[in-house]
Amino acid sequence: MALIELDGVSKKYGDKTVLKNVSLKISEGDFVALCGMSGGGKSTLLRLISGLEKADSGSIKQENKEISTINSDARMMFQDDRLLPWQTVIQNLLFGDKSEERIKLAKRLLDRVGLIDYQNSFPASLSGGQRQRVALARALMSQPKVLLLDEPLGALDALTRRNMQDLIIKVCSETNITTILVTHDVQEAVRMADKIWIIKNQGIAKELTNPERNNQTAEAQLKKDQLVETALSCILDNN
Amino acid sequence: MTKSTFKKKFLPWLLPIVIILFWQLAVQLKWIQSEFLPAPTEVVQTAIVDWKKGILQKNISISLFRATCGFVIGGGMGFILGLLSGTSKLFRKTFDSTIQMLRTIPNMALIPLVVLILGIGEPAKICFVALACLFPMYINTYHGITSIDPDLLEMGKSYQLNTVQMFKQIIFPGALPTILMGVRYALGTMWTALIVAETVSADSGIGYMSTNAQQYVDVKTIYLCIIIYAFLGELSNYIAKNLETIFLEWRNSARSLTEE
Ligand SMILES: Nc1ncnc2c1ncn2[C@@H]1O[C@H](COP(=O)(O)OP(=O)(O)OP(=O)(O)O)[C@@H](O)[C@H]1O
Ligand SMILES: [Mg+2]
Repeated sequence: MALIELDGVSKKYGDKTVLKNVSLKISEGDFVALCGMSGGGKSTLLRLISGLEKADSGSIKQENKEISTINSDARMMFQDDRLLPWQTVIQNLLFGDKSEERIKLAKRLLDRVGLIDYQNSFPASLSGGQRQRVALARALMSQPKVLLLDEPLGALDALTRRNMQDLIIKVCSETNITTILVTHDVQEAVRMADKIWIIKNQGIAKELTNPERNNQTAEAQLKKDQLVETALSCILDNN
Repeated sequence: MTKSTFKKKFLPWLLPIVIILFWQLAVQLKWIQSEFLPAPTEVVQTAIVDWKKGILQKNISISLFRATCGFVIGGGMGFILGLLSGTSKLFRKTFDSTIQMLRTIPNMALIPLVVLILGIGEPAKICFVALACLFPMYINTYHGITSIDPDLLEMGKSYQLNTVQMFKQIIFPGALPTILMGVRYALGTMWTALIVAETVSADSGIGYMSTNAQQYVDVKTIYLCIIIYAFLGELSNYIAKNLETIFLEWRNSARSLTEE
């Protein structure tokens, strides 16, 4: 059974149709990457699933429940970390709820993202990569079923980015959380996701699968390179 | 380390000390002779005499009392109104333009009205100071709240913070730097308003001391009053600064990183 199900979803901003009659299914534990040109509606799709936006028509369901307000079983990680600068790292995870179990959970997550030593630092004293780690830990605080990643690595340098990719893959597979990643970077998509969907012409133009994701052999690498090419040509193809 | 503490602690005092020393010398050696320029030592003597008579303490404390009451009442009201305007659309639509209109009226223009309604007693002076503190606090609180990063608000919404959390975690701390700027500004207008109020009509306070001295051509007391005002002004600056260091620790941590 699908965890998330969109059926005939359309979304307009003013006169501009961003998504038209989109239907899709995402199963539990999937890692889906959404790729496509800038302005293609990737963020919009994610915001619809998070409940931050409402669809004009069609239905969006998670576990067969229609998403009408903020989706409490999904958490979004934004391109900019959106940490509260006036709060320390651990406070950013707690949102003022200082119950013992919240603190315990926060510490466990900070440990997992490798920042337990920074729990009392302010965000301004962290690097961009460290801040995104905090944002990742914060997104996991409510132990959501779905993690929505809107280009969270876009602003990072190549090395930090690779590190973060590995961290996200590790965390997601450990918790078996369902993940939707929006990215411009097709290579990143192939590295991280087991399904790659191309968003184009107000909908999902192509669904690619990436069965060799965790396979590092030369042969698998070649297949992944081919997948990158296929995805790129699909995005750039004008028809 | 010693060099930087010297720079931080001592350097700002250097110029005032030099000026006062020069002033003292100039009067004592009769480089300048004027009945309007007493030597600093004479001003200090006047202060000691007035202190012994108890006049000085009494006037300073009554002025401080008026200033504090006016600030608490006016600043508090400005803060609350700003809070309401910043957070409630309905309130903003109803009250903001009216408050903005009232704000453009110069404070001094209100003196006759305040005196007429409240007389010349304490309530009138406190009311006058309160009016002067209300608007800066209102503007800054309102502005602080409405200029919070909408991305952070959206984050709060998508992380399902409730109204109290939203206010305590995002809105209030986000607006605090601007609110504290309002406090600093209001402390400034507080003294100005107090001086005006005490000069226009009063029988006590530093402003009264000064106007009274003017009538008796008591230049030393006038200087003394000016110096007291300067000290009180410095005191409120000091308070404002400390509030900022206490409440805006996060900004300092960021700044010290970029400085060092
Ligand atoms: N709040 C909004 N109001 C009006 N138009 C919007 C709004 N949000 C998005 N749009 C428009 O919808 C279209 C799709 O935007 P969206 O952010 O989903 O694209 P995207 O695929 O995420 O692009 P990018 O890769 O640049 O982030 C864009 O043309 C954008 O201008
Ligand atoms: Mg986007």
